[in-house]
Amino acid sequence: MTLVLEQIGKVVGGETHMADVSLELRPGSLNLLLGPTLSGKTSLMRLMAGLDRPSTGRLLLDGRDVTGLSVRKRSVAMVYQQFINYPSFTVYDNIASPLRRSGQDRAEIDRKVRAAAESLKIEPLLDRLPDELSGGQQQRTALARALVKEAELLLLDEPLVNLDYKLREELRTELQEIFRKGRSIVVYATTEPLEALMLGGSTAVLDQGRVLQNGPTIEVYHRPTSERVGQVFSDPPMNMIEGEVVDREARLGPVIHVPLSGHLGRLAPGRYRFGVRANHLFVARRNPDQIEIEATAELAEISGSETFIHAAHSGTSWVVQEEGVHSLGLGEEIRVFVEPRHIFVFDRDGGLVEAPEGATPSLAAQ
Amino acid sequence: MGKWEDNKAWFLVLPVFVLVAISAIIPLMTVVNYSVQDIFGPGERYFVGIEWFEEMLANKRLHDALWRQFLFSGLVLLIEIPLGVLIALAMPKRGWGVSVSLVLLALPLLIPWNVIGTIWIIFTRPDIGLLGVAINGLGVEFDHTAAPLDAWITVMLMEVWHWTPLVALLAYAGLRAIPEAYFQAARIDGASPWAVFRYIQLPKMRGVLTIAVLLRFMDSFLIYAEPFVLTGGGPGNSTTFLSIYLVKLSTAMDVGPAAAFSIIYFLIILLFSWLFYQALQNVGTGDRQ
Repeated sequence: MTLVLEQIGKVVGGETHMADVSLELRPGSLNLLLGPTLSGKTSLMRLMAGLDRPSTGRLLLDGRDVTGLSVRKRSVAMVYQQFINYPSFTVYDNIASPLRRSGQDRAEIDRKVRAAAESLKIEPLLDRLPDELSGGQQQRTALARALVKEAELLLLDEPLVNLDYKLREELRTELQEIFRKGRSIVVYATTEPLEALMLGGSTAVLDQGRVLQNGPTIEVYHRPTSERVGQVFSDPPMNMIEGEVVDREARLGPVIHVPLSGHLGRLAPGRYRFGVRANHLFVARRNPDQIEIEATAELAEISGSETFIHAAHSGTSWVVQEEGVHSLGLGEEIRVFVEPRHIFVFDRDGGLVEAPEGATPSLAAQ
Repeated sequence: MGKWEDNKAWFLVLPVFVLVAISAIIPLMTVVNYSVQDIFGPGERYFVGIEWFEEMLANKRLHDALWRQFLFSGLVLLIEIPLGVLIALAMPKRGWGVSVSLVLLALPLLIPWNVIGTIWIIFTRPDIGLLGVAINGLGVEFDHTAAPLDAWITVMLMEVWHWTPLVALLAYAGLRAIPEAYFQAARIDGASPWAVFRYIQLPKMRGVLTIAVLLRFMDSFLIYAEPFVLTGGGPGNSTTFLSIYLVKLSTAMDVGPAAAFSIIYFLIILLFSWLFYQALQNVGTGDRQ
């Protein structure tokens, strides 16, 4: 079953929540919706599920118009950010509930429930009530309930966001395995670029109710078609600086001079906006091509095994992502290094002009 | 010894201790003191042991009042809890209707008990009361001063009018605390409105409904002002509930029996509140199909 969204729009009380969204979702595919909070991920899922009716556009299922079809007549399962289970049902009954409603026979239900519980590793918990489970176990139950339905469309709305880091990693890996085996169209919403990269599949980047870019996840990451996509698909957001290309070199801000090598060689003279992801800035020289920038340390945030160094340079503030834990004094003079081959170039309206070529090994590893 | 003097925490606990002592412990102990003595006058008292308790437990009028009380509290719970939940379900979820309905619901709760009694006396009077005249006008005889059933109906009406809003407010708060995603999930599952109520809303309201049942049981078990204002426990003894009978006893200066009665009364409330609490805690958790 292929689900096609044709120029879907949604207006609520004069406010545009969704505009001109066109997507094609194929069976067995994993489709990520990446966007900041309120970008319209949940609204789009509600429209896909048939919980809301679009104001404009059509939804086609294998060529059949299902725009007005109510959610009950569709084959949809959904998992939410909150852990949603029937509070007075045991885990077993929770998982069995969608099957019972469709009137399948007992032995068949039992087999499916146990299989779903096994794939999510909650078999020993089948007799418990949701209140007696940890958050991770509750979400596993909700996932099992959604999976057991074998719906044609499986919607997951930031399902891992309320879990702690370790559990999130664990469950994400398991989910990838489960998605691979299934035949459903899987739609997975997330705000985290890293999660999108880990899950793979294809990504539609959403912002203010519009799809900015849609394509294979890794491609969208490497070639964001606009500055906004670059911002949404980088965490922390891509560092930006105004500049121009003159006299066979790129001038980023007043003092950074970059030779026009590689992809930058194709740039015509003129004004541009240059972008560098935080993980492509370094505080130590790695190779001779790197350009040195004088900066002042403003803040060093330590996050797990990484440090985010906020560095001020001629009026702009950049974030440098460094491996390991670094402590820097406030106002300390530091040197930041950037390589020409990592620089994105956007025109002054935010459209992509040149992107760095190919995937570097460090990117693929992420 | 130095430990005691240095321990300034005592000063922080002291106000609460004094307050509880004055408001609860000392009066209770006084009642216990009365309940085991026969007092004829100052300095003229005899220890009687549990005689008063035996006498009260065998008292026919107390039995009548007790059964009347159970019937009343039972009816109160049977009417107010479902009615309050229904009102809460029907209340608007957003917009200006929310504040309007909340204010309207809260109004009866702000009125003092005896004023409620007075309002309803006038309202149901067969000669000048709006309701009383209307009912009698329909050809149904209704007089709460003469017919026991009419007196009961009037007291029930008062009680339901006065306290159902509390149940509704609690239930409404419980309903509003359920995340929207539950209802969305139920729609995707194709659940009927009844299934949504039975399997999502009702279990999610268990906490607040436990409180509502406990509060309404205890409060209705202690009802005094409304029947007192309405008929003083009449006609006959038909609305003489436990507290009215207790006041009749103690104002007759039978302090010994009255004290014994108070303690029995207290223990009954304690016992039933505990039973309700236990029962409601297990509802839903034992619901394994």
